[in-house]
Amino acid sequence: MSAGTGQVADDPWAALRAATRARVALGRAGDGLPTARELEFRLAHAVARDAVHTALDADLVRAGLDGLPVLEVHSAAADRAEYLQRPDLGRRLAPGWSLPRPEADVAIVLADGLSPRAVHEHGAALVMALLDRLADWSVGPVVLAAQARVALGDEIGAALGARVVLVLIGERPGLSSADSLGVYLTWAPRPGRVDAERNCVSNVRPPHGLGYADAADLVVRLLGAARELGASGVALKDEGPALPSGAG
Amino acid sequence: MTVRRTTLGGHTYEFPALSDLLAKATPARSGDVLAGCAAESAAQRVAAQTVLADLPLSTFLTEQVVGYEEDDVTRLILDTHDPVAFAPVAALSVGEFRDRLLGWAAAGDEAAISGLARGLTPEMVAATSKLMRNADLVAVGRRARVVTGLRSTLGLPGRLASRLQPNHPTDDPIGVTASIVDGLLQGSGDAVIGINPATDSPGRTIALLELVDAVIQRYDIPTQSCVLAHVTTTLQALEKGAPVDLVFQSVAGTQPANRGFGVTLDLLAEAREGALALGRGTVGRNVTYFETGQGSALSADAHRGVDGRPVDQQTLEARAYAVARHFEPLLVNTVVGFIGPEYLYDGKQVIRAGLEDHFCGKLLGLPMGVDVCYTNHAEVDADDTDTLTLLLGAAGCPFVIAVPGSDDVMLHYQSLSFSDVLTARQVLGLRPAPEFEAWLARMDLLDDDGRVRSLTADAPGAKALLAAARS
Repeated sequence: MSAGTGQVADDPWAALRAATRARVALGRAGDGLPTARELEFRLAHAVARDAVHTALDADLVRAGLDGLPVLEVHSAAADRAEYLQRPDLGRRLAPGWSLPRPEADVAIVLADGLSPRAVHEHGAALVMALLDRLADWSVGPVVLAAQARVALGDEIGAALGARVVLVLIGERPGLSSADSLGVYLTWAPRPGRVDAERNCVSNVRPPHGLGYADAADLVVRLLGAARELGASGVALKDEGPALPSGAG
Repeated sequence: MTVRRTTLGGHTYEFPALSDLLAKATPARSGDVLAGCAAESAAQRVAAQTVLADLPLSTFLTEQVVGYEEDDVTRLILDTHDPVAFAPVAALSVGEFRDRLLGWAAAGDEAAISGLARGLTPEMVAATSKLMRNADLVAVGRRARVVTGLRSTLGLPGRLASRLQPNHPTDDPIGVTASIVDGLLQGSGDAVIGINPATDSPGRTIALLELVDAVIQRYDIPTQSCVLAHVTTTLQALEKGAPVDLVFQSVAGTQPANRGFGVTLDLLAEAREGALALGRGTVGRNVTYFETGQGSALSADAHRGVDGRPVDQQTLEARAYAVARHFEPLLVNTVVGFIGPEYLYDGKQVIRAGLEDHFCGKLLGLPMGVDVCYTNHAEVDADDTDTLTLLLGAAGCPFVIAVPGSDDVMLHYQSLSFSDVLTARQVLGLRPAPEFEAWLARMDLLDDDGRVRSLTADAPGAKALLAAARS
């Protein structure tokens, strides 16, 4: 804060700022925000908006996947505007897509969700970390899904004949976290599964959030528990957090 | 069921049910498209509005949108309807009622408008709002007077209060206190200091209640606290003797949607009795606080009415107000841009919805505030929230919600900042709640013109409050 008229040196506010990540002690210009604080806020919002509206770049993701087989699919939502207004369309495949049926144990879906940027920055690395830990599971091709919601994984997993589907999806960007990836585990995927039947590992975004190795360890523990139980979701909630509401 | 029809421009439009007529007459919004009940063309929308304008208001007393037998919100609406209050407008059509309201508003006849509240049903006011433009909603909304109180008085003419929302991702007491101090120093908190807890547990709720109560007592602040936990959690806090000023609950416009929230009317009544028994008010006895929002019933798949037809989200929102008003609330607010772009897509839709909700709530007799807010995946930004805030200030909205720097670091959405509230007060000549304004003056936080000072840490009141953040 500058020492202009009616304003004061930083010291008395330092304790306030140190106490919370909230935007306290911003100072004011008249009744409004000082220019510097206003621009900081605008940048945070702009970064979050850009994360939502960036198009999923399949080549970028493939490049990080080290030559692994990749299938690309698209939801029934034609574009971003439709995706944002019609979550129901983002939960099913566009007509005309057909998938092979490898009958692998695990289907991995990389879904753009509300932050394609999160998939660009963390998707491939998290897939590789998972594969390192899935030696005793058979894993199908990685499916890269555009304009996708979590529940699109149910249709994809069922089509692939998988026992379990992992949907790695860009989470809704916050002002200070535009690149957060979430992992949703659904046992015996099929259309019609509800959120309570999933488990979630949230906020994968090193270095600020969960790292790849820690996230992959947690997911693999959940996979083991789901296999033992023959189910996922609230029944597994002692092993990991249940799906936050509204995330589907 | 009556099929209603009209012919416009050589085309005949038919509306097979009352819910269909209301939905088709609703200004465009994404949630109604998602529910499959929105108008299919702009002309069809006007056709529906044309039919609606000629519909007798009293139709809503005899023909239901959501059935009486299967829904306790409908029963509450009809069983508590006051025919005496309704009498002055009982013979009017929806269109004539709109005209009458505009006439009373222009004449400044607050008594005529406010006296109708118990005679109006949510469906009547929702229908009327669909014929109104934004300026109509402002002009009439500002003449519907609803005054409530507990330790501050809200809803008086020329006043704009705010809920200070000091949320923290881990409910950390120091972090919460820092946000409270920041807000108080900027003149926020006269409606309530209200925390959304990160964890909904009795222990956490009691700890936060005691924290805010201690701040209020230490500085003798004429306001109230609230921890926005589930009503069952608040009931447990009451049993344990916690300092509960306000019972909070999210409510919606259908019985299944309220079941989805885990609430019944009996539970709300029990909690209200518990808070009333504590006698914590000084200027009033309103001890409940409700939040609502267009789209909440649809998001719970609880948006269908008679014959399983979808009901438009704005009509359902107004029905939630019938639940709220039954419990004589201190505060009600719609959280207008929180739920996401699948319900309200852009700034135009959010602004419209905020004005509708304020109008409908006020006409039904509620102290109707608005959380003017947005998420990052909606086509809304701070220019839109500025516009809505200034319109709401002009509309006599009793309170808005404010968080440090517009950024709620727990719920991850943007609401107003404390400075936004100051700007609205300054531009529109509005003042804080009277008891709170006097407290700000005692704390030396106002300048000679009664405006909240620039942040000066050396003022005695500011020094004292900053000390709270360190202890």
